[in-house]
Amino acid sequence: MLKTFTPGGIHPPADKLSSREATVPLPLPERVAIPLSQHIGVPATPLVKKGDRVKAGQLIGEAVGPISANVHSSVSGTVLDIEAVVDASGYARPAVVIRVEGDEWDASVSRQESPGRHLSAFSREEILAAIQAAGIVGMGGATFPTRVKLSPPPGSEPGLLIINGVECEPFLTADHRLMIEKSRELLIGTRFLMKALGVEQAVIGIENNKPDALAGMREAVMKHALGIEVCPLKVKYPQGGEKQLIRAITGRRVPPGALPISVGVVVHNVGTVYAAYEAITMHKPLVERVVTVTGKSLSRPGNYLCRVGTPVACLIEAAGGLPGDTGKVIAGGPMMGKALTSTAVVVTKGTSGVLVIPESEARRQPARDCIRCTKCVKACPMGLEPYLLMTLGEYRQTEALERARVMDCIECGSCNFTCPAHRPLLDIIRLGKSRVGQLMKTRKPS
Amino acid sequence: MNKLIISPSPHVHGGDSIERNMYGVLVALLPALLCSILFFGWGALYVTIAAVASAMLFEYAIQRYLLKQPATIDDGSAVITGVLLAFNLPSTIPLWLVMLGALVAIGIGKMSFGGLGNNIFNPALVGRVFLLISFPVQMTTWPVPRGFETTDAVTGPTPLVFVKQALREHKPFVEVFSPAGGGRDLLDLGTGSGIGGSLGEIAAFALLLGFAYLLIKRVITWHIPVSIFLAIALFSGILHWIDPAYAGPLFHLLSGGVMLGAIFMATDYVTSPMSPRGMWIYGTGIGALTIIIRNFGAYPEGVSFAILIMNAFTPLINKYCKPKRFA
Ligand code: SF4
Ligand code: SF4
Repeated sequence: MLKTFTPGGIHPPADKLSSREATVPLPLPERVAIPLSQHIGVPATPLVKKGDRVKAGQLIGEAVGPISANVHSSVSGTVLDIEAVVDASGYARPAVVIRVEGDEWDASVSRQESPGRHLSAFSREEILAAIQAAGIVGMGGATFPTRVKLSPPPGSEPGLLIINGVECEPFLTADHRLMIEKSRELLIGTRFLMKALGVEQAVIGIENNKPDALAGMREAVMKHALGIEVCPLKVKYPQGGEKQLIRAITGRRVPPGALPISVGVVVHNVGTVYAAYEAITMHKPLVERVVTVTGKSLSRPGNYLCRVGTPVACLIEAAGGLPGDTGKVIAGGPMMGKALTSTAVVVTKGTSGVLVIPESEARRQPARDCIRCTKCVKACPMGLEPYLLMTLGEYRQTEALERARVMDCIECGSCNFTCPAHRPLLDIIRLGKSRVGQLMKTRKPS
Repeated sequence: MNKLIISPSPHVHGGDSIERNMYGVLVALLPALLCSILFFGWGALYVTIAAVASAMLFEYAIQRYLLKQPATIDDGSAVITGVLLAFNLPSTIPLWLVMLGALVAIGIGKMSFGGLGNNIFNPALVGRVFLLISFPVQMTTWPVPRGFETTDAVTGPTPLVFVKQALREHKPFVEVFSPAGGGRDLLDLGTGSGIGGSLGEIAAFALLLGFAYLLIKRVITWHIPVSIFLAIALFSGILHWIDPAYAGPLFHLLSGGVMLGAIFMATDYVTSPMSPRGMWIYGTGIGALTIIIRNFGAYPEGVSFAILIMNAFTPLINKYCKPKRFA
């Protein structure tokens, strides 16, 4: 029996249109806009000003405080301005706009792997410093600074590193391609992270609908035999959720409000592992990533190695251009991605995909009354009662919402996906969560 | 460039709909409908058509003219109410009573609460119980199935009448309910041949076929029907073991409205609990109450009352039975 998580979960159609498309580098855009806030936490402080010449890999924004991340230029060229640019969240936030001139890299970045040094020679401190310097954040979409996740709070004992290769979002194939094309590098990166955490054991979780990635990673593990295990998982959404993945692989349950480290586990996404590999062995900061560009109406769905700050429009152009019937463009996958206000929005460190949805499928159907069919309850991976959270939210029963554990909701959208009455459950639950959040804040000082 | 649509995630939907589930239930009811027409002749069909048509008509009229809402009769739920009401009636019932029942079911049982999703009691059962209390004679005159040959309907007792008879005479139930005593073979209960009863109370096997369909199509889960079956088997088994004058599990399971009630009426989305644990409590309650009413109550049949009583407990069950949390 293959492992998976309980309770709940759904089976949306996979629609992995681009899983056989090898990753190709995207031609450089004419200009990029590099947001200073591509991570959870405090935005970076800009280190450049209008008119400055920058090189690819050069630090242009410095992390502020413990929860923040460095930002580097992804191209060489001239800084045109630092201005507010609308990002995937729909808000305008400061970004460094650079006109691209040539492709000159900062001298500190080497083009090959760790010249003159054996890979095991890196110390824990060196690894952490390299990750910190490179501005690496969780690349599965959470964008939490990786350095922080690698420094467990005192008193906690990490025993297992889980590498998240699940990619349970329909359509997305960036992680899938990475596991096929960069299996060796991923193992080296995993070793680095194990060393940084001081753990002896790592498990790579991959759903069994990616047999080529499973085979590739298994083969690499056999060749290098490094105390790393590949764990095939039964397909179920949202298995890529941290808590669900830990449950699937170890059977352990992360308590509400707690971090995975409370059960001795740390989870990192394969994209993050690859970025760590490059940062440590080549001094290469996180300035480019694999982005899946996909959608049923696109003529050439594919996977592109893309510089951070590239407008989404360039990616769509490479994939055959924006179809005339486009209704929605999404950063990320269809379950948790964000609808973009325009294709001028740029790729950031956390952008795993760009999904184009035709107009005919872009609109929600009108919501009807809840018929109490229990399907949302069965689908919820956190064992909540989405219909009840929705009702309590509609009646603004904030305290009852808190008691019904609305804060456990991971916003996976499974309830919305299943509801035969097309209720906008998650929309209302999100509002409820923010109200409960405010309520909790007012309570804190006492 | 054309304007992009902005909406929060998720951006896809599984494609399930209220209609898909409601029509799923109707498909599952088809084998039983065919059986009842086969056994009771055209009368069964007339009663069903009358119930469905009037349920839809009343729902439409109330929504259009009383509540001034858009009509939703195409969602299939009024059709189900109609079919289920018909399945609870004898095939010889005057059609004006069928229409009255449908009016009560839709008007009082469903629309007065705010329509589909908001009602507390199963609408079809509200209609049925109203008719049973107001018109006891017409509602308990059961024709014996004679297919299409019926010229004059012959009426006879439903098997459940034998339950109380055995208890009154204090004879072992198997003796009273035997072909010699005017009863039937247990197997006949399953196939429905020669058994008096309402349209849907016959042919347990046809109803079980519908159950399988509902499970395969994931319209309902097994929890409620199975817990009702188990509870009925358990409680009747205990009584039968104490005193053989009480009918045994198999008889209770196959006779009367147990199959129809457990599979199609207790599982009504709106009026049944939301968590598996709640479903077990609800189903066990229905099973226990059914056996109590059948053996000790005034009426020979208790499934409808049992379901309505547990309907009333559903909000309470939902309050205290939560699904298993993640952690
Ligand atoms: S899935 Fe939709 S209709 Fe069913 S109980 Fe949940 S909210 Fe109600
Ligand atoms: S979005 Fe929240 S409530 Fe809905 S299924 Fe996911 S975890 Fe449960």
